[in-house]
Formats: sequence, structure tokens, C-alpha cells
Amino acid sequence: MKYVDEYRNPAVVQHYVSAISQLNPHPWTMMEICGGQTHAILKYGLDALVPSNITLIHGPGCPVCVTPAEKIDQAISLAAQPHIILCSFGDMLRVPGSPDKGDLLSVKAMGADVRILYSPLDALKIAQANPDKEVVFFAVGFETTAPATAMTVYQASQQKLSNFSLLVSHVRVPPAMEVILSAPNCQVQGFLAAGHVCTVMGYLEYEAIAAQYQIPIIVTGFEPVDILRGLYHCIRQLEVGEATVENHYPRSVRKQGNTAAQSLLQKVFEIVPQTWRGIGEIPASGLGLKPEFAAFDVHSKGLLPPVAPVQVMPNDCISGLILQGIRKPPECAAFGTRCTPQHPLGAPMVSSEGACAAYYRYRAASAVAPL
Amino acid sequence: MTGDFFHSDCPLPLQQYSHVLMAHGGGGRLMHQLIEQLFLPAFGTNLDWQHDAARLELPHGRMVFTTDSYVVSPLFFPGGDIGSMAVYGTVNDLSMAGAKPLYLSLGFILEEGLPMKTLWQVVQSIQAAAARVGVHIVTGDTKVVERGKGDGLYINTSGVGIIDHPWHITPQAVKPGDAIILSGDIGRHGITIMAQREGLAFETSLESDLAPLTDSVQILLEAGIEIHCLRDLTRGGLATALHEIAIAAQVEIEIAENQIPICEAVQGACEILGLDPLYIANEGCFIAFVPEADAAAALQTLQDPSLIHPHPSARRIGMVKHQTMPKPFNFAEGVVKLNRTMGGTQILGTISGEQLPRIC
Repeated sequence: MKYVDEYRNPAVVQHYVSAISQLNPHPWTMMEICGGQTHAILKYGLDALVPSNITLIHGPGCPVCVTPAEKIDQAISLAAQPHIILCSFGDMLRVPGSPDKGDLLSVKAMGADVRILYSPLDALKIAQANPDKEVVFFAVGFETTAPATAMTVYQASQQKLSNFSLLVSHVRVPPAMEVILSAPNCQVQGFLAAGHVCTVMGYLEYEAIAAQYQIPIIVTGFEPVDILRGLYHCIRQLEVGEATVENHYPRSVRKQGNTAAQSLLQKVFEIVPQTWRGIGEIPASGLGLKPEFAAFDVHSKGLLPPVAPVQVMPNDCISGLILQGIRKPPECAAFGTRCTPQHPLGAPMVSSEGACAAYYRYRAASAVAPL
Repeated sequence: MTGDFFHSDCPLPLQQYSHVLMAHGGGGRLMHQLIEQLFLPAFGTNLDWQHDAARLELPHGRMVFTTDSYVVSPLFFPGGDIGSMAVYGTVNDLSMAGAKPLYLSLGFILEEGLPMKTLWQVVQSIQAAAARVGVHIVTGDTKVVERGKGDGLYINTSGVGIIDHPWHITPQAVKPGDAIILSGDIGRHGITIMAQREGLAFETSLESDLAPLTDSVQILLEAGIEIHCLRDLTRGGLATALHEIAIAAQVEIEIAENQIPICEAVQGACEILGLDPLYIANEGCFIAFVPEADAAAALQTLQDPSLIHPHPSARRIGMVKHQTMPKPFNFAEGVVKLNRTMGGTQILGTISGEQLPRIC
């Protein structure tokens, strides 16, 4: 299939594998930001194709994994209200909130009206079709999904819809990169930036990070050839002591990004502090609705009953360390035994973008799955 | 295509009520009207409705018995409908045991308010599908549930078939060295249904692969192929079927990605939606485990263009490597390895529940 086969072409993959080994690299540790890249690396076994002294660690770029348990509890309590239709992306439905709260699929089974959407704009159609109900869209994701949410809010305000609102949990990548780089035990020496985030945002923001922390950042795509190309250029920079931003996903990314999407984001959202599950609060890492769109905010609308603060996870899940790349999933004592996709202790095992789920699915499923 | 069998010019025989009423399942006059005017014209005298049970004449052989329920939404989809699916699905389960399907039971759960015309279309489709594969519908039941308590209509069919050959076609018969034959390209049913559902309207010319597999199995048997195991690739798709057989047979299975046919429309939909075609449901595909010595003949038989239902894209997709050792603590035995076209190997496990759309 065009636009797929050429980026999974074994000969081109081999070309980059040879090019990397010809660099005769020193031991380096690099982080791919996005969970989609993590899955591609494990699915295609790319980590085994590069020299053994190259370590790939997996970043926090899984929107489901970093959505705080409080927000999931809020979504569950919204969904449980009979006059509310709660809409979200399919991935969010299986993620557990705080320990005794369950997940959205469970409240759906108890009678809540929970719907899976592909496009947030579909929520407006549902709102128009159900004027006696309040339609709430649980908006999660990075800069990739935020513009679609912004467009939805914008259209809702144009249409003067009064029965549509948002529970927002949008996050931004650059502040999280800075947290990882500022950690005293940081091991990351190079980044593969997420190509789809850069498609929207461009990569001007990353140039300041590369300069300040003296670290190469390579804008990278999601197919095997893309990822190996990103790795090659990251290793090349490390070997010669460079620390710049390079775009190796040019078929999608421009330096300025998608300026129409950015101006829509600026129109609807403001930058706010945001809690990341397993990591904690990161300043300026979230997007919140601007005051002029407060009419679409579940909080301003008074739809949310107070939710008890989430207790610290009582189990031995190390998802915070996983999401910061400090540990790998198989290094967790619970991995594959007490923690499986059927009985997840933490979000990275639930989400199809999560690092633990990727290791479980592609590496260890048969070794550890109980009958 | 099963739609060919639907005669839209065939008038609805039951004129009095345009929609199903609770009384149609109540055992009284309306229920008898439904049986006499709707079911008997379609299924003929084989439906022994005046008795509580049907008496079956069985030829000599081992009997096979199976049951399945059908709750598909929408009721009508490109390439088929719930009626033809309820016949072929159960018939295919019998075929996968190496049996000749003979008799079906037919249980309807109707939702109050279902248009009688819809029921008539489904009944005609069942009749056409049963005639196509030569099975008789010999007993049935109808219940009506209140409006809002069903999804239009549900169907349960049970099937009886007979094994008239000496082979034991079962996962336990799978042996190291067996070749694995896949009958055709995968993923068309699941993606077709998904494309019809609310909120996921994408344009595709795809049709479900819904088809009876009876003849395909029969010609393999007639060709003298020593079939060890058969499995249709319904819920959970190819990967789940292989995984289940690997565990049941305690073997390691190796398949090659570049031998698995997937049409571009399915591949494209999976790329966009973030789904793995190996786990997508099919309704007219199966795998056969045969001795390596019979693999070429099996392929040639299935691909024969002179057949009524040829399988031009049938492939040998892999083989059974070796027996696996039982592990302590009841841990899963059996491993399915997928050799990627690009190099590298992936272990195909089971997925937990439905594949859900990804966020980005």
C-alpha cells in the first residue's frame, strides 16, 4: 500500500541499520517521546536491530497514561448522572480511576450513556440530536488532538449550543521534556520528538530546549524507516557533539507547524498547570478553556459534584518511573504477574499506547499470561 | 453475495399487522398466524411446528452438534444480513469439525415494534441461505420482548451434522511439521461492520466475506487431504484462532506476515483506525492444518477456479514447529510467532476484549 510499504521496506530498513552500525557508536541512551513510536519499536523489533550499546527508553507520550486519576473519577461521576451523555475516545474507557471507582466501561455497563467517538465534532451532532440531555466530551490528548477539541468548542459557540460541555485534560509535550531533562537521575541523551505533535506545533519550541540542555532533538515519524532514520541522525549528532533540532519527518512537518490549528488553539485555550498521572504537577503543561468559553466548561456549568482526592496508589505500580523513562516495564516486579492488560495496576498497562502494554503484547505475552 | 438471494418482489404474506406485537410471541392466535403465514411458507413442511421437538433421520456416522447466537448490528450490511449469518455461522462451525451440516434449529427473539417487513426479509434470507447449503430448518421458537429490551431481533441457531469419514479433525490432532493453509484474505467482515456503525462513517466499497465453508471443506476431504484441524476465523480473527489452537495442541506455531493476504481497503482502514487486521473478525475464512506433504494439493484444491466457491488467494501461511513443554503453575503453553516481512519476530497473544480505537 502506498505511503505505508515504502516506510516498511526491508531494504531501506537494512540501509539505516548498516548506517547506524557504521557510525560505530559509543553507548548512548535516547528517548522516543510518543507511545505510538514505542509500539512501533517493539512491534517491529527495531531495538534489536541497532547496536547493543544503544539504549532506547520510552517517554511519557501516551495521553491515556498521563491523564490523572482525578479526571477519570470526574468523568465517571459525570457519566453516572442520568441526564448526561459522556463522549470520549475509545482508549479512555478502560482506564481505571482511583482504586474503588472502576472505569468508564463499568459505569456504561451499569446504565450510563457513554459513547466512543472518533472525532470530537460528532459530539455536537449528538448534542443537537438530544436537546434534553447534556453532552460532555472528555477531551484528552497532546497537541495532536487539542485542535480538534478547539474546533468543536468554536463550532459549539457559533451554533450557540447550550447542552454541550467539556471535561478538559489536554497536555503539552515541551514542559514534560524539560521535567525529564531536569531530573537528577536523567539518563536521556537524545530525543526522538513526536512527528504528529510537530505537524501541528512545528519545532521552534524545541530549539530552545536543545540549546539549553545541549541535547539533540530529532523530529521523527512512526514507521520503521522513520524511526531508524531518526535514530541515525540522533546518534550522528551525539557522536560529533552537536545538539540541534533536525526534521526527519519532512513529509508531514514544517518548521512553523500548522498555523491555522495553532491560532484556533490560542483562540480557545490558555496554558495552565496540569497534573500528569504518576509524575505530578508540571507548570504550563496543560491547556484549559479561556474565560470566554467558560459556558462550555463542566466546572463553570456546575455539573461536577465534589470528587474525593485520589489516594496514593497502594500497589507497587512504578508507572511514574516508566513514564519518565527511568525504568523499563520488565524491571517492574508486578509486570506480567500481578499487572496484566486484564488486571492493570497502572495506566501504561491499559492503554494501547502504553509502554507496559507494548512490552506485554509484543514481548512477554506467552511467557507470563496465566490461563 | 447473499444479497442476491433476497427476492424483494416477494410480497409480505402477513398483512394484518405491520409491526411485531407482544402477542406474536404469546402462544395465541397471532403467534399461530406468524408461524402459518410467515415461517411455514419459507421453511416448508420440514418445520414440524405442531410438535415440541423435531425427529431427525440421521445417516450412519458420528454426529456433531453446535449452537451460536447472532446479535449483529446493523441487521443488514454489505455482503449479508443477520439471517444469512445465522445460517452460515452455525453451518461453518459444523464444517470446521469436518461434518456435513444437515439440520438447524431457529430461535428468534424479536423486539416489540420490529417492522414485519424486516422480519420477512430476514426469514427469506435464512431460507435462501439454508437452501444454498442444503440444510433443513426443522424446529424453531419465537419470543417477543418489550420495545427497548432488544436490538430489533436476535437469532439463535443450533446445528446437527454428520461425520462420514474416518478423520478426527480437532486441535489435538495438530502435529509438529503441519502446514497451515489460510483460505483467503482477512478482515473484510469486521471492517465492513465497523464502517456501518455510528460515528465511524467512512466510505468503503468493502463487503463482508460472509460465506458458507461447507463445500470448501468437502472438496478438501474428497481430494484425500489428511486434515488435522480446521478453524473459522470469526471473533478475534486469525491471531486468536492460532493462539487457541497452539494452546489446545501445546505447540509452537510460526507464520509469515508476507504470506497473509489482506486487501488494500482493509489494510487502509486498519492503518487509519489503529487496528490490527490479524485480530479482525471474518465470516468466510478458515485455516486448515495439514501434513506438509499435503499442503500443495490442499492449496491447489482450494484455488481451483472451476469450483463453485474458489479461494484464489488461499496461501500456506506457516507451519507448526514443535511441541511445547507444559509449564508450572498452569501458565499458558503454546506460542504463535509472526515473522515480520521487515525482519524480526512478534509473539501473537490474545487481546483483552474488543479492539478500541486509539487516540492518536
